[in-house]
Amino acid sequence: MTELLQQLINGLALGSILALIALGYTMVYGILRFINFAHGDLFMLGAFAGFYISPAVAAVLPGPSLGSGLVVLGLAMLICAVLGVVIERVAYRPLRRRPKLTVLITAIGISLFLENTGQLVFGATPKKFPEIIPVYPVLKFGGLSITSSQLIVLGVTLLLLVALRHIVLKTRMGMAMRALAFNPEAAALMGINTDWIVSFTFGLGSALAAAAGILFAIVYPSIDPLMGILPGLKAFVAAVLGGIGNLPGAALGGILIGVTETLVAGYLSSTYRDAIAFGILIVILLVKPSGLLGKKEIEKV
Amino acid sequence: MNIRHAKTFLLGALALGFLVSVAASHFNSYWLFITYDIAINVILAVSLNLINGYTGQFSLGHAGFMAVGAYTAAVITNQFGDLNPFAAGAVFSGALLAGGALAAGAGLLVGIPTLRLRGDYLAIVTLGFGEIIRVIFQNMQGVGGARGLSVAHGWTDFFWAFGAAAAAVYVVAALVHSTYGRGFLAVRDDEVAASAMGINPVRYKVTAFVVGAFFAGVAGGLYAHSKQFITPGGFNFMQSVSIVVMVILGGMGNTVGVILAAVLLTLLPEFLRPIAEYRMILYSLLLVVLMLARPQGLFTFRKQGDAK
Amino acid sequence: MQKFLAPIQHARGISLIAAATTLFLTVFLTGCDKPASTPGAATGPIKVGEFASMTGSEATFGQSSHEGTLLAVDHLNAAGGVLGRKMELLMEDDQSQAGQPATVVRKLIARDGVVAVLGEVASSRSLEAAPICQQSQIPMISPSSTNPKVTAVGDYIFRVCFIDPFQGTVMANFARHTLHLKKVAVLTDVKSDYSLGLAKFFKEGFIADGGAIVAEQNYSSGDKDFSAQLTALKAVNPDGIFVPGYYTEVGLIALQARQLGLNVPLLGGDGWESSSLIPIGGVSLEGSYFSTHYSPEDTSAAVQDFVKAFRAKYNETPNAMAALGYDSAMILADAMKRAGTTDGAKVRDALAATKDFQGVTGKITMDADRNASKPAVILAIRDGQFKYVETVSP
Repeated sequence: MTELLQQLINGLALGSILALIALGYTMVYGILRFINFAHGDLFMLGAFAGFYISPAVAAVLPGPSLGSGLVVLGLAMLICAVLGVVIERVAYRPLRRRPKLTVLITAIGISLFLENTGQLVFGATPKKFPEIIPVYPVLKFGGLSITSSQLIVLGVTLLLLVALRHIVLKTRMGMAMRALAFNPEAAALMGINTDWIVSFTFGLGSALAAAAGILFAIVYPSIDPLMGILPGLKAFVAAVLGGIGNLPGAALGGILIGVTETLVAGYLSSTYRDAIAFGILIVILLVKPSGLLGKKEIEKV
Repeated sequence: MNIRHAKTFLLGALALGFLVSVAASHFNSYWLFITYDIAINVILAVSLNLINGYTGQFSLGHAGFMAVGAYTAAVITNQFGDLNPFAAGAVFSGALLAGGALAAGAGLLVGIPTLRLRGDYLAIVTLGFGEIIRVIFQNMQGVGGARGLSVAHGWTDFFWAFGAAAAAVYVVAALVHSTYGRGFLAVRDDEVAASAMGINPVRYKVTAFVVGAFFAGVAGGLYAHSKQFITPGGFNFMQSVSIVVMVILGGMGNTVGVILAAVLLTLLPEFLRPIAEYRMILYSLLLVVLMLARPQGLFTFRKQGDAK
Repeated sequence: MQKFLAPIQHARGISLIAAATTLFLTVFLTGCDKPASTPGAATGPIKVGEFASMTGSEATFGQSSHEGTLLAVDHLNAAGGVLGRKMELLMEDDQSQAGQPATVVRKLIARDGVVAVLGEVASSRSLEAAPICQQSQIPMISPSSTNPKVTAVGDYIFRVCFIDPFQGTVMANFARHTLHLKKVAVLTDVKSDYSLGLAKFFKEGFIADGGAIVAEQNYSSGDKDFSAQLTALKAVNPDGIFVPGYYTEVGLIALQARQLGLNVPLLGGDGWESSSLIPIGGVSLEGSYFSTHYSPEDTSAAVQDFVKAFRAKYNETPNAMAALGYDSAMILADAMKRAGTTDGAKVRDALAATKDFQGVTGKITMDADRNASKPAVILAIRDGQFKYVETVSP
């Protein structure tokens, strides 16, 4: 029983990180309708930005503290937001009226570019991510254990979910984003500056990826240029599972994938772990392509 | 390439293949093996072009079919010891066909979900299938698992490689340009209109996947008998992407362009070896620039009808 | 789609193909195989090929190995070269990608005319290159491919590292007899043939010594979360866990094991040895043991000089792969000197006759199967450092 509970905690911890990455994925897809394959690599860049910033921050704010951790997080998010906006401007915007697959291939190209440049610039050997927040002892309840960093991830995921929902549903910017998602031409006719909205969405999505990267690196303090590939793919599956474009769906999908993977690895076979996420993806797309919480879309002729 | 020319091409390639294989010992073995890579890549690109280019589907899992063919053919030929050339040819052709057939079976499995999916969803599902096939081989201890499988015979030579490439080009060209094959283009250009005209899109899509997978399987068999060692990791997502890039570079639905792209993309990395560390960066940049500047491909000169 | 039937378009396509074919045939018709070695011609540098995973998913291992090999060539040339000639290292990147080793090794042999080939860390990639070296009668030395099948390819294929059976058995004996463990769990990297091989022989050895393997779990290189597997292992209460993986994952495994309250010793092999292991694993690695080639505390001149020179050149402490890369080049140079020539067959004979060669990774003797037979060192991790425990001879 203790083992099962511990596995559920493990799954929840892993799932909340996937959920965090999936939030960024699903938001960009929801507004722009294309899979930003490079999201996982912005996640990696976020972690490396944190790695290179933290010594400078530590010089000003000595010692790991919540404050210095937040400064590093904020700076990394800012850097990645700028990068995301630049990538969108240079590589995706000229393709806006082209077939979706053209954009998908461009995104794969960007993803490969970031990974390979990362290997050249950062080196291929994994780096130790510094302790930017204070490490509290592992919390134990009976035979169960959970680390403070895992709790922080869970908390941040919930916080971001609420904040994003607020942005999308309650602000003028969010209303413009939804209008754009609903009908780009009509949105433009209504005087919405679509270029600006798209840039904003991209910046926000990339900042989310950076936040996920930093939190991931706090929980798993070993970072390398290829670290974004697998979490990126799994987060994408999580977003599809929950209903792509749907924020609570992404969070739910992330947690479901995390728990399923952990339970399968712990009780059935850890050898097929990599295939689980894809198996889920195929099943969900065959059975309910709109995802668990997504709305069914009817194809317009 | 219409049928008449396709036949000329087929015969020409077979004759050339035979001549070169007879004279093979006089050639530099490095370049000779590069030509096998070229032929294998031509088969992969042309077969993927049937799925992605002519039928308007999008597969990111072609390496998975290649893996099925490679492992099947290798397991079959590994049962045999040294054979005389005639028997070797018979065993090899049987193994290649068996590899192609099993890969076609896998293509059927992947083709069915495509009935409900399109665009980037389809791309991701095929990617998932490719990865699942890789993980399955990684866990099949009978064929070495992650440790890989040694292939006893290096039977792939110029004749086999180019013979198979010519056959793939011929079949795809003949299929697409037959009366029946017009349906592929109709499904790509407008699925709804096509089905209103009495064309069954399901049948065409599945046919494209099955035929495409068959040739990918044959290419896998040739690959296994050229490299003489295969591992599941060799048939990963990157391999699938590189085949997709050949199709994109050549121009979706442009057989001649795709062949040229396969040749170019096999030779180019060899000439870029002196700057090996920047090669992948250049490759990814090429992909992005190509999409921005010439999304219709390098070798497509006339504007095509809008392919969705 | 009319374009396909348009005659002009069509003619252009065909002529393009014809032109490409002609161009290509000209290219390779003009380049017949260079004679691999030119015994009489003792001028110019000795060309030695190396293939390594300098980019791609396993770049970290390939780069380490290459750094060691390069340092060896520097040392050889600084000391006057080999047979009075400079040694020139021609390195090709195989991108960690299957299919590439066969191509690059053919290039090295047929186009560049190298007289010997050094390479690969991963056994799967060495196995792709080995048949080509064997057919071309070019000696090949793998620095760190541990799969026994590699050297079984033929009599031109050698290695300077342990093979899985030796290292697996050494750790099994150590766990059973020195640490007195009874129940051990195994956590294997299913993507790595090194890990699979080591796990197999450890299990066989440990059971033969009267121990029990109480649980087995797997992961894939590149994973970051091991909590599911470790929780399952914790449930069976092992005395120790054997983790035959690479340093890239072991640090995180140790960290997560301790977080889950799994406080038993971790055991491993030479894949652990890297200066980036302890920064990641930290105190979680305390009390762990692994087998490797040499101890940094070893005061022998060979080891100390190597470590010093490596630090001076690359500003980092060499790991096991760098040391093996270094030895692969050194042992080749030694064989060439003894053979007095760079001729493939004679160098092969000299390599096979290598006896008590003092390498960085120990005294190396080639056994009948062309595997390096040399002692293993067992190190403990204490106070954040690798500490010498004992030496085990084969």
